[in-house]
Amino acid sequence: MPQVDFVRRIESGRRTAPKLHLDLPLLTLVLLLAAAGITILYSAAGEQFFYVKRQLVFLTVGLAIMVVIAQFPVRFWERWTIVFYTGGLLLLGLVLLVGVGAKGAQRWLDLGFIRVQPSELMKLTVPMMVAAFFHRRAVPPNFAEVMIALALTGGPTLLILVQPDLGTSLLIFSSGVFALFLAGLEKRYMVGGATLAVIATPLAWIYLLRDYQRQRVETLFNPESDALGSGWNIIQSQTAIGSGGLTGKGWGNGTQSQLNFLPESHTDFIIAVLAEEFGLVGVLILLTIYLLLIARIAVIAANTPSVFGKLVAGSMAMTFFVYIFVNMGMVAGILPVVGVPLPFVSYGGTALLTLLFGFGVLMAIATDKDKN
Amino acid sequence: MERRIYIQPERITSLINGRLAVAALLMVIGSVVLVARYSHLQIVRHSDYVTRADNNRIQVRPVAAPRGLIFDRNGVLLAENRPSYTLTVTVERAGDLAQLLPVLTRLVGLSEREITAFKKRATRSPRHQPVPLKYRLDERDHARLAVEGHNLPGVEVTAQPQRYYPLGAAFSHVVGYVGKINDRDAAQIDANRYAAVDSIGKSGLEREYELQLLGGAGSEQIETDARGRTTRLLERTEPRPGANLSLSIDARLQQRAYQLLAGERGALVAIDVTTGGVLAMISTPSFDPNPFVTGISHRDYTALISSADKPMFDRALRGQYPPGSTIKPLFGLAALQEHAIEQSYTIEDNGFFKLPNVERPWRDWNYKRGGHGSHVDLAEAIIESCDVFFYDVSIKTGIDALAAYGHKFGLGNPTGIDLPGEASGIMPSAEWKAAKLNSQWFDGDTINASIGQGFFLATPLQLAVMTARLASRGEAITPYIVETNNGVATTHRRAKIEVDSTNWDYLHQAMQQVVAGARGTARGIATNAYSIAGKTGTAQVISIAADEEYDRDELEHRQRDHALFIAFAPVEQPRIAIGLIVENGEHGSSVAAPIARGLLDLYMELYPSQATTGATLDAAS
Repeated sequence: MPQVDFVRRIESGRRTAPKLHLDLPLLTLVLLLAAAGITILYSAAGEQFFYVKRQLVFLTVGLAIMVVIAQFPVRFWERWTIVFYTGGLLLLGLVLLVGVGAKGAQRWLDLGFIRVQPSELMKLTVPMMVAAFFHRRAVPPNFAEVMIALALTGGPTLLILVQPDLGTSLLIFSSGVFALFLAGLEKRYMVGGATLAVIATPLAWIYLLRDYQRQRVETLFNPESDALGSGWNIIQSQTAIGSGGLTGKGWGNGTQSQLNFLPESHTDFIIAVLAEEFGLVGVLILLTIYLLLIARIAVIAANTPSVFGKLVAGSMAMTFFVYIFVNMGMVAGILPVVGVPLPFVSYGGTALLTLLFGFGVLMAIATDKDKN
Repeated sequence: MERRIYIQPERITSLINGRLAVAALLMVIGSVVLVARYSHLQIVRHSDYVTRADNNRIQVRPVAAPRGLIFDRNGVLLAENRPSYTLTVTVERAGDLAQLLPVLTRLVGLSEREITAFKKRATRSPRHQPVPLKYRLDERDHARLAVEGHNLPGVEVTAQPQRYYPLGAAFSHVVGYVGKINDRDAAQIDANRYAAVDSIGKSGLEREYELQLLGGAGSEQIETDARGRTTRLLERTEPRPGANLSLSIDARLQQRAYQLLAGERGALVAIDVTTGGVLAMISTPSFDPNPFVTGISHRDYTALISSADKPMFDRALRGQYPPGSTIKPLFGLAALQEHAIEQSYTIEDNGFFKLPNVERPWRDWNYKRGGHGSHVDLAEAIIESCDVFFYDVSIKTGIDALAAYGHKFGLGNPTGIDLPGEASGIMPSAEWKAAKLNSQWFDGDTINASIGQGFFLATPLQLAVMTARLASRGEAITPYIVETNNGVATTHRRAKIEVDSTNWDYLHQAMQQVVAGARGTARGIATNAYSIAGKTGTAQVISIAADEEYDRDELEHRQRDHALFIAFAPVEQPRIAIGLIVENGEHGSSVAAPIARGLLDLYMELYPSQATTGATLDAAS
């Protein structure tokens, strides 16, 4: 049976006072990001409290979950990952059978009182699964282990790809691959994988991608070709960013954001609102907080004794950066438009809960002293 | 296995931490890319995107100035602006037209023609501009759109003022009408001034005073959201409203004149003797100007312009007719003033006149009755309209002197009225004939001119002006329609024609006897209520050979003589002068004179006191 750490400490007879497992630098940065996110969301949602209130509720619940999660020992997470992973796969299968969705994609499970997006949960579970697999194994992984790790990653990836949700499936795939990379994946596998990707890309372009996905990529290179259709989002977001200039137009004064020229302004394109209203200065400040957060996670990964902890924290740092890079890149027009939210800033309950769940695990790792 | 060397925890840690360092490096590179991209957008291309953002949200719309209103002298509206609702669709925002159009058809009932016309307009108009779909929405359509159509993206109802002429056909020639700007108009106008309007004055006062009535367009900068809805007014430059025009015309006189001429082809001009202001100006048949405002249908237009009665033709301003005997008072005055004859001069009239050494006799109109007898003097010649007297006197006076008087009294040149396209008429003279026809002037030409025939042509307006100048004893007024332009009284050139007062007395008396005298040609319209001076006229449409008999039964109606009449009243202190013609009316006395009488009766009833200006103030207050 798993035991909460401080209970164990008391039982073990140590005299130290019961201590919450929290990482203060991480908590501070998370709260800072959450505050920034709420501020931008208020403006992005048309200066109405509807989304802000809901986001605050999710944030509160999420922070509570984070604190609770952090109290469980890393060993607990390492052992139970296989259960979460299997459960996640079942939920993904369920989504395909009875899921609800929007715009032609089935992504949600309707539990009556709340809609959950199992693919969000997998963002955390997949790297944990790969990390758990490599825990107490010799590294670098041999061929069979690489294949197993890829299968563990590829399964959920395929299930999400057919929803269809290209963006999330790619992110989940990369989170698994990051864990594999950190586990010491040898160069020949990387070269091989890269070669395979180069060969597979044209095939995927022809056989795998759907029309709207192809169009998104084409739009990236020439948004003006369909300025009112698929190019509209990207033209308007770049206009919002560019017109913000160095210092921005001021909170709530972004004309692109407030006059609805900017689509999805409270979700995936929210960085454009920040860029328009707070300028490059605002963007750099937010990016700095993100990088500090990532640096803190990397430090945790470097310092934690267990392989599981290292791989989970390290792949989370990389995945977190990829989220930010893909989101900011697509809004700024250097990556195709895929549905990737900006962590802690974009509106979205499941994403926020998953994120804070992950940070709970991170805090558990941060305070872990157990090498096994 | 030899490669799986990292079994010791320390070595595993260093391997993973090494990989973390690689990841950190990749993330730094990624961050640099992001910062570079955002800096490029926000610093390097900042101003481009500011322009784009402003173009997105800010639209400069021209604001139409309300077109100036036109009133009669008593404040009766002759041309006004009424709101007209137009349904427009901005195609780019409307989404699927195949879905939208049936919805709108259900709401406002679009016809196939409107839909085709809309699609044609939509392909021509610039992107993101509202394209008119249905004009002249009625109240019901407007209400239904307000209730059910408000959430249709890209669908808007715009109110536009539309010109309306409440008194219609009675004023269509004078006031004119506005119509849609066509290619020919567009080539001539300053596009900036017309940015907010699609109409332009096409005829009449609407055309003559176009720039004053138009006013100056304003503009407004509005902020719109992505659906094209106005969110804020950023800046507004008020338009300068068009000038209101008050006319000298009295709508009641105008409408009476229109009624009196109903069913005839003719024209009437009544002028205020003291000012030159036009009191009524009518050309019949007329037309309703209102269909022209929004674009008259091709069929209706063809019907109008192909009608033999030429309703679009302003006879009062452009119709040129031989003045006939209406010219006699002026020429009699000229003969007296130029001392070609004295007031006591008489002739023997046997019904014809012969020039020395010429075989051809010039007959009088009552030749068959043997002429007007002996001792015919100027007064009798005017009263009974004796041609032979004027044949004789015109030869004595000479065409040069007669033409000079004709010009002084407004004949042969445009009168200078403030209406476009005035005809000049012809005051024939030796000089004119040499210039225009390159031929010599004969005495026979003088004889023809002496009774207003031959080359002689005058417009009804010119006849009225001549009459006003005769009535006012030589006040050479310029006729005008617009009394005040934006509240400022218009000014008009006038001159004094010097004529001895005894001659004026003589002439006025003679003209009065045309109506009051027992043998006056217009004795049928005599009244005790007030005194009328007049002169009848008959203008030959076809020439009759000297030995031919005039047989009216053989003549087609349209070849019958035109009936003319000039008059002024009251004789003691003339205030109103009238010139009128009834085409193919045959006799001035029986057809034209009663029309003048009908109008004079109303005038005297409306303005019983001295000056019309005084009455104007009473009526206006």
